[in-house]
Amino acid sequence: MIYYSKTHEYVRVEGDKGYIGISDYAQKQLGNVVYVDMPDLGDELEKGEDFGAIESVKAASDLIAPVSGEVVEINEALSENPRLVNADPMANWIVAVAMSDPAETDDLMDQEAYDAYCAENH
Amino acid sequence: MNRKVYGKLIFELSRKGRRGFRIHAAGQAQLPAGIPANLLRQEPLELPETDEPTVVRHYTNMSTNNFGVDTGFYPLGSCTMKYNPKINDEMAAHSVFAGLHPSTPTYAAQGALELYWTLQKALCEIGGMEEFTLNPFAGAQGELTGLMVIRAWHFSRGEGEKRRKVIVPDSAHGTNPASAAVCGLEVVEVKSREDGTVDVADLVPLLDDTVAAMMLTNPNTLGIFEKNIPEIARLVHEAGALLYYDGANLNPMLGVARPGDMGFDVMHINLHKTFSTPHGGGGPGAGPVGVRKGLEKFLPNPRVVKRSVTPDGFPVDKNRRYGIEYSPSALGSVSATLGNFAVQARALAYILSFGSEGLMEAGKLATLNATYIKDSLKDVYLLPIEGLSKHEFVFDGLKDKSTGVTTLNIAKRLLDHGYHAPTIYFPLLFHESLMIEPTETESRETLDEFIGAMREIAREAAEDPETVKTAPHLTPVTRPDDTAAALNPVLTYDML
Repeated sequence: MIYYSKTHEYVRVEGDKGYIGISDYAQKQLGNVVYVDMPDLGDELEKGEDFGAIESVKAASDLIAPVSGEVVEINEALSENPRLVNADPMANWIVAVAMSDPAETDDLMDQEAYDAYCAENH
Repeated sequence: MNRKVYGKLIFELSRKGRRGFRIHAAGQAQLPAGIPANLLRQEPLELPETDEPTVVRHYTNMSTNNFGVDTGFYPLGSCTMKYNPKINDEMAAHSVFAGLHPSTPTYAAQGALELYWTLQKALCEIGGMEEFTLNPFAGAQGELTGLMVIRAWHFSRGEGEKRRKVIVPDSAHGTNPASAAVCGLEVVEVKSREDGTVDVADLVPLLDDTVAAMMLTNPNTLGIFEKNIPEIARLVHEAGALLYYDGANLNPMLGVARPGDMGFDVMHINLHKTFSTPHGGGGPGAGPVGVRKGLEKFLPNPRVVKRSVTPDGFPVDKNRRYGIEYSPSALGSVSATLGNFAVQARALAYILSFGSEGLMEAGKLATLNATYIKDSLKDVYLLPIEGLSKHEFVFDGLKDKSTGVTTLNIAKRLLDHGYHAPTIYFPLLFHESLMIEPTETESRETLDEFIGAMREIAREAAEDPETVKTAPHLTPVTRPDDTAAALNPVLTYDML
């Protein structure tokens, strides 16, 4: 199941693990990504707080955690080739966390609600 | 001009053994004796070898590739790219200033010190402050210096350790949080309302005895004047914190309102914006910092003072009234000498040649020019914030976005019309920000021409979008690969 935040991050929930990345809409708005600033393994993410940044030719934007939890995986491939985020943002998640509170997805949007949200040009 | 040949890199024009002039054997330098062999270069230096006409044509061609405020209109928002009157350069280049060594004894540099002192006093009058230092070399260094003054003040009251937060609006220039971080302070964001002004309801809960300062630009990044400033100043001061004025947008305030009167305690001024000193291409800039009464003792060393009597009460020779002093209460030094003196000379020339009456017109005309462009284009470009704006404003791209023409495309197409692009994709409040600041120095005709070009591009975006999307078509370089430049910069000829 995939959930989206208002700040255009997604979390793909697999068991108690959450894979966090930026949405297709976000990568289109950002343009070509040139750098992804990622947290370290073992860092604690807190829902609503920034955990890194993504830099494109257009702007640098904070990454805001859609859920809380400890970082258990990071997508190393992005430090070599940040453009993977543009190529396929859903496959190229940024970090995976061990979600500390599954109920935190309750106030996130599902695909349909998120598409409608983007259509309003947020 | 032949850009095809002479527009190449000078290394590409090089031919082995070619010389621009002949050096006779008698004139050739001899290597001094006694240099150990291991310190001598083994390979000859790889210098370009060309004839003189090729060198001259190469560099003359290259100089014409530059775009500056002397070659065309430069409406770069938030940067105040006003024209730099030539009399400023003439004053700064005068031999009495240009030939001065930084270590000249003060008795032999009275005129230069008077210049510094006079400019400092003029800025106090303009900003409503007690005292200024002109030493910081740029706006960002001015911000850092201003925050260091604020920290020094808190420490002097025994509150330095607990007051470690700086409140910055989410629409602020990136330098504000950066300066706070460099100063060892923690950045706290306060939300903006839709028009970019501070959300006072969001500010109130942030204010407590851990806050050192709040930084504000007024008018803000959208060119909107912060009407709640007396209320914000009261709240910040009641919490025991100080209010910092980022002088980036001082231009429209000239002669209309003073940061000191609005309740600001510390401010910096970008001389290279408001006071028409050269800007861009790395400067040099200058970021004087002003403070209200009570904070002046923390300003950095060295300081220029004017004395008619010595501290012991003896009269000072009238030819030796200006001096340099180092105060023990200062936060330290931010520069070895007195800052970028030639920039200060230009700024003072600007202030004196305009006079107070002229300066009081500048802010109003800057606002009039910006408003004229905004109102002339808002039927085809999307104006997200209606209402009064000052010296600059922001469009959110075209009104009709159906053909997919973006702000980036519009900016590139403007280059074909002979204009520098406006600021794009800043502020981050909108997706397609296009920020325009014409300044007061442009004529009605220039503004009309620019408005015409913008309307033409809007028409083209609807009728022939491909031409806009592939622009520029007429510049020496068309579309450099900005992603590759960021990921894999090739910076030397050897890397090509």
